[in-house]
Amino acid sequence: MALDDKHGVQTRDFKIVGTRPVRPDGLEKVTGKARFGADMALPGMLIGMILRSPHAHAHIRSIDASKALALPGVKAVVTATDFQDPGDGLRDILENCMAGEKALYDGHAVAAVAAINRSVAKRALALIDVDYEALPHVTDVDAAMRPGAPALHEDAADESVPDGWSKNVVRRYEFGHGDVDAGFAAADEVVERSFRTEAAHQGYIEPHACVASFGGDGQADLWCCTQGQYMVRATCAGIMGIEVAQLRVTASEIGGGFGGKTTVFIEPVALALSRKAGKPVKIVMSREEVFRATGPTSSSSIDVKVGMTKDGRITAGSAELRYQGGAWPGSPVEFGAMSSFAAYDLENVKTVGWDVVTNRPKQAAYRAPGAPMAAFAVESCVDELCKTLGLDPLDVRLKNASRDGSKASYGPTFDKIGLTATLATAKTHPHLSAPLGPNQGRGVACGFWFNFGGDTCVSMNIGSDGTVSVIEGNPDIGGSRAAMSQMAAEELGIPFEKVRTVIADTSSLGYNEVTDGSRVTFAVGLATIKAARDAIEKMCARAAALWGIPAEAVVWEDGCAKPAGPNAGEHEPMTLAEIAAVASETGGPIAGHYEVNADGAGVSFATHVCDVEVDPETGATKVLRYTVFQDAGKAVHPAYVEGQFQGGAVQGIGWALNEEYIYGEDGRLQNPGFLDYRIPVASDLPMIDAVIVEVPNPGHPYGVRGVGETSIVPPLAAVANAVSAACGVRMTELPMSPPKLLKAMSQKTA
Amino acid sequence: MSQIHVSTTVNGDAVEFLCEPDETLLDALRDRLGLTGTKEGCGTGDCGACSVTVDGRLVCSCLVLGAEANGASVDTIEGLGQGDALHPLQRKFLEHAALQCGVCTPGFLVAAKSLLDRNPDPTETEVRYWLAGNLCRCTGYDKIVRAVIDAAADMRSQAAQS
Amino acid sequence: MPKVGIWGSLRDATDGLAEVEVDAANVRQLLDRLAEAYPGLAPQIERGVSVSIDGKIYRNAWLAQLKPDSEVFLLPRLNGG
Ligand code: FES
Ligand code: FES
Repeated sequence: MALDDKHGVQTRDFKIVGTRPVRPDGLEKVTGKARFGADMALPGMLIGMILRSPHAHAHIRSIDASKALALPGVKAVVTATDFQDPGDGLRDILENCMAGEKALYDGHAVAAVAAINRSVAKRALALIDVDYEALPHVTDVDAAMRPGAPALHEDAADESVPDGWSKNVVRRYEFGHGDVDAGFAAADEVVERSFRTEAAHQGYIEPHACVASFGGDGQADLWCCTQGQYMVRATCAGIMGIEVAQLRVTASEIGGGFGGKTTVFIEPVALALSRKAGKPVKIVMSREEVFRATGPTSSSSIDVKVGMTKDGRITAGSAELRYQGGAWPGSPVEFGAMSSFAAYDLENVKTVGWDVVTNRPKQAAYRAPGAPMAAFAVESCVDELCKTLGLDPLDVRLKNASRDGSKASYGPTFDKIGLTATLATAKTHPHLSAPLGPNQGRGVACGFWFNFGGDTCVSMNIGSDGTVSVIEGNPDIGGSRAAMSQMAAEELGIPFEKVRTVIADTSSLGYNEVTDGSRVTFAVGLATIKAARDAIEKMCARAAALWGIPAEAVVWEDGCAKPAGPNAGEHEPMTLAEIAAVASETGGPIAGHYEVNADGAGVSFATHVCDVEVDPETGATKVLRYTVFQDAGKAVHPAYVEGQFQGGAVQGIGWALNEEYIYGEDGRLQNPGFLDYRIPVASDLPMIDAVIVEVPNPGHPYGVRGVGETSIVPPLAAVANAVSAACGVRMTELPMSPPKLLKAMSQKTA
Repeated sequence: MSQIHVSTTVNGDAVEFLCEPDETLLDALRDRLGLTGTKEGCGTGDCGACSVTVDGRLVCSCLVLGAEANGASVDTIEGLGQGDALHPLQRKFLEHAALQCGVCTPGFLVAAKSLLDRNPDPTETEVRYWLAGNLCRCTGYDKIVRAVIDAAADMRSQAAQS
Repeated sequence: MPKVGIWGSLRDATDGLAEVEVDAANVRQLLDRLAEAYPGLAPQIERGVSVSIDGKIYRNAWLAQLKPDSEVFLLPRLNGG
């Protein structure tokens, strides 16, 4: 094991990390045994259903549930009056789960019922009378900002918002350094464009589902599909006014999240119904409810200006970003503003972000929240400059790329980063030299995401037969249990098969942040390695005691405690299994633990290359070839790293070409289903080549960086740049659906 | 509403259940028979998570009524393997890491089996079009398509040997 | 003394300064003293900020140490999907 002394990362020879074992939860998932959110049932369980506003914006004058309650089989109805005000931090979340005085978007929950079965519950919903007074609404971000726009809230803006805007403008952020005006003056060519992107939904295939059981003794249990059971517990306990220890939350297997399951929607409602009815209550959302009432990402309106010299040096970049985040503050516009120019080492950069509320569902995080639309805008402009100046887009990016020691556009100095490595790898890849036919074009784009770590706990129990249980607290969405078992086995020096990793409920470990921010393989992996080291220290101490030598005279190598050093003496090494077998006799069971708020996640960069063909007759775009080059730090399970690259790229392709929230004049969502909200299907796509670049992250013992999010950042621009190369039309609005593209092409020829 | 009595065969076993006249086969399988391996992603025939075969025909069980299963033979994900032996498709999905969250997996496996029953040597394009009714949001389909093609090859060489 | 970079929209609270010096040995002290010296920053600090110290981002680590020559930036609290 060697140390890379500049960064303290172990450049060791891994035995298990970097291999592709079958995941431990695989068998259950290919046989239909795995239990997802909707697969849970409890004896005596009621079915809960939610009544939703048909108005985009309305006062709720009154709700009369008496007829519903009179229906045989109905056991409880809840409305906002069944909840206490949970205070500042949780009020918006509660109001999103159950409307208070106003319904703020089409699909906003206004009441819920629990009944003995679905058909009774459905009939009961129809019997609840809600007296609405419809109000003017606004769903477009630019319209919502104008003075005089229908206002959702009276005083939601904070001190960062200057005067002169509508009440819907709630936050303003500004980042950057240098003097952009001087930078633009020094440019040979300046391009200035405005872009718009529509809201896209995470589109996880599993709708939200939960079962709640609230006992008369004040204790409650909740089973749900979530990216974070501890977040669910903290949020629901706060909303229900109970102590966290009284609520145990168990995460089911989760059928996708991508950020959309980092908050609660139905869980507090199920708890309230269960408390009122005195029985367990199950709620499962329909797909229509998922589209209307959970959180898609923001739609955006972005102005970008970039200046470049003839030889391809970017002299300045500026961007103004306006994101609507639905009916409450919190769009990820600050991340858009911070990340938009992160791929470039710029002397002069300035970005401004505006957070805007509209009559749409409260946005939720979506994979690198806020970054893809910003990258779309900036990378489109850089591409246009390359075309105008006749420069190669990869060379220009290599020339201007952020590298170790560059000052990031959002302030700090980058440590060890892999952007240039992804660009250099792309440059030599056969994809770049493959020939293109008529109506075909190639696009290139880069992307960035911050990644983070956060609160994490891992326990590791050494079984008396030498097997190991790893207990962690993060729902496994894409194979993370396999990665944890690999890292535990690597560190302990035992076979992968000897380790089983399980996901704990909220009573079994301390707080773990949600599975988001690309944090799990980094932070839980780090805690797993450290917990293994804790267990190793204890095992070495047992061996030392048996041998009658000091603990410092024992080292751990290849899964064994061995005497080491001048005074250690001659002793047969003891394997993990041998130490475990006598654990009881030598002091008791052995376990390792680690609890940390992990920092040092290490930022992540990617370069994507996309070939498309545009049909001049229909405006339909077909992706012909796609290659992802991304820095993974160290790929623990390369197949699942590739899977993250491929899945993110395809989500981005969908966002670029087809996916959009369509609102009617009435402010109602017109396409709340997979037929009309069209995500990519197998026949739309080619294979997605995934090239893993490894620039170790100094913040992780094995060099791991999170990989889950960056892959969705470049595709919007990569596809748009390819479309522009294919048909000569620069698309500044997403999605580039066939009618829009056809129109743009005919305007060009006209 | 009085319930309907249904006698059917599921994964080779004769079973009976009562269901509402408007109850889907999907709900009957999941709620009446406890076969929760078949998933609901949309309830409108758009995602394929609920794929099963009825008398050998691939269907979205969310679009079939429970009552229609009367006298028919229904096959679900729970019947794909034989005892503790996995079907080659199941093995290849694991080897190729063709699942991330896994909620789409039962539907893909049932649909892919139905393809290979008809066409033991499908091209990549044939696989992609046959599976176009199954949505996966996690994988980008790459590893799923590879797993199906590899499973087909595996089954052909097994068939050639036996 | 560590120099602290202030993001653009907070500079109204620091008399337009993009960078201020704060005598602090750790993050908690830094935030307290910033809020004291520039009361306009207090609401944002209250809502939550992350800091980067010499390029490494700390989401909410009060006890992270600062050296006299540390390069520090305030950043909005990070999250992800
Ligand atoms: S649940 Fe049947 S097709 Fe989606
Ligand atoms: S693996 Fe998650 S939807 Fe396919």
